[in-house]
Amino acid sequence: MLLDGLRDAGYGLIGPMRRDGAIVFDEIDGVADLPRGWTDEQEGGRYRLRERSDGAFFGFAHGPESLKRHLHVPHQELWRAERRDGGLDIVQVAPEAPRRAFIGARACDIHAVAIQDRVLTGGAYADPHYAARRRDVFIVAVNCGEPGGTCFCASMDAGPRATGGFDIALTELMDGGRHDLLLEPGSEAGRALLATLPAREASEADRKAAAAVTDTANRKMGRRLDAARAREMLSRVPEHPRWEEVADRCLSCGNCTQVCPTCFCTTEVDSSDLAVSTASRARQWDSCFTLDFSMLHGGPVRHSTRARYRQWMTHKLATWHEQFGTAGCVGCGRCITWCPVGIDITEETAAMTAREETP
Amino acid sequence: MRKPRLAVWKFASCDGCQLSLLDLEDELLAVADALDIAYFVEASRATAPGPYDLSLVEGSITTPHDAERIRAVRRKSRHLVTIGACATAGGIQALRNFADVREFAAAVYARPEYIDSLATSTPIAAHVPVDYELHGCPINKRQLLEVVSAFLAGRRPAVSSESVCMECKRRGNVCVMVAGGAACLGPVTHAGCGALCPACDRGCYGCYGPKETPNAPSLSHWLRGLGMDGRDLRRVYRTFNAGAEAFRQESDRHDG
Repeated sequence: MLLDGLRDAGYGLIGPMRRDGAIVFDEIDGVADLPRGWTDEQEGGRYRLRERSDGAFFGFAHGPESLKRHLHVPHQELWRAERRDGGLDIVQVAPEAPRRAFIGARACDIHAVAIQDRVLTGGAYADPHYAARRRDVFIVAVNCGEPGGTCFCASMDAGPRATGGFDIALTELMDGGRHDLLLEPGSEAGRALLATLPAREASEADRKAAAAVTDTANRKMGRRLDAARAREMLSRVPEHPRWEEVADRCLSCGNCTQVCPTCFCTTEVDSSDLAVSTASRARQWDSCFTLDFSMLHGGPVRHSTRARYRQWMTHKLATWHEQFGTAGCVGCGRCITWCPVGIDITEETAAMTAREETP
Repeated sequence: MRKPRLAVWKFASCDGCQLSLLDLEDELLAVADALDIAYFVEASRATAPGPYDLSLVEGSITTPHDAERIRAVRRKSRHLVTIGACATAGGIQALRNFADVREFAAAVYARPEYIDSLATSTPIAAHVPVDYELHGCPINKRQLLEVVSAFLAGRRPAVSSESVCMECKRRGNVCVMVAGGAACLGPVTHAGCGALCPACDRGCYGCYGPKETPNAPSLSHWLRGLGMDGRDLRRVYRTFNAGAEAFRQESDRHDG
């Protein structure tokens, strides 16, 4: 009913669905596409789907994808130039602004959207493509009842309960053999849509049951991270021996940054045709783990994997604060799960704090 | 203005990479418009003598005759671009570098004394200076078009040496290694194919050779955890790019 209401209001639906052995975040037609009765097992470098017996709609944590793929797209053409009558015609690519509803966004991912909002539209140079895709978005949050083995949103104050940034928040209640959805409005648009649904007012018991769902999730976090200590410590340990140890394992493949819902870096790619009569510039997702990323005149600034890993982790947990006012990490744990060799940011942080060496 | 003259050369190879040029069906007329195709025997018997502005070289050096011929090609080429795993790393035939080529010849040919072959298969850059190397087995025809377009515009080709994972993630593939336990060389392999195999639910075979700063020992350690033994590991690095330094070294670390 909720999804029908959104579709009637002209929203395209993006939600979780099962594909290629994972739950991805893509276009769905309706409730039938949701991965009902599936859950995910997540560990460092390992992700598996497993059937669950209770028929839960949202009984999983998340897959490799977040809202980033849809708001800060992997590839975006920026402009084209055509040679005409001895001059150049430059055509700006108009930003697309599809009307879309995101179904089942987790608290961590909603926090990540708020972070990308600040990065991409908060400063003097707002990104028109991101802003357009972001404008007409309806977010249906799901309060997490089943955190993954690599989750640590509770440590980053980014979950498991959605506290803002949504239009409707939903908690799946399955206590005592029932199967209900508790819906809470988070915006005027959400309130208006809720009013059209044939729902009953939630009782005090329902509210308690919903709180219990996220309380339980809070206790089941697979990972923990001392965010305050990490922030304070990381600025002091550029020469910590642990950087070298993690660099021995790190593949500098970039997977962590690609699945990270807050990583926003892009590179620009120019092309021209054979007749050299048209050219275009596009931007695509980049990563601070590639050599080209820090290429300046004369070579890359961060040549070693050690320097690249240090840059990434220090930025996420420490220097992001100075730049944007929050951490750059929401504790979703995707960088741990989707690292091909299971490097774990929480483990690295703990190891460094435990063996902190003063210069 | 005179059109730049193009030559396409073949050394020890399967012809697949130069066929990529002919596979550019929609752009072939534009290629012929922009360049004077002066020497391309796969396409036409009509050949014109050098010098050439752009030489595309396919294949590796495996005979004394070819070691001489590549010098002649270099002398009459203003720009020399090598295309494919054979020309950039020695190709599948570089497996001979790990064995005795005379034994192979004796096993295959009735009269091995007629075979005049070098002990190794080596990339073009081991013999002459190369202006640009395009990786892949075979190369990606879109990248070939990009290299030729960049040459014509006098700019650097937009060809990244990052990992296949970067293309894989941009494309939205689910990781076959993390979610499926498949052995995949993507994290150590040079991008360019567009993550073709992972998109078909297969691990990467490393057709494009080692990426920039590859960390094969760490990947091998993880692949052991997924069930590969020393023989598997040796073989997984010894395919089309067996002669590429990072893959050669890593294959040597594991028992066959």
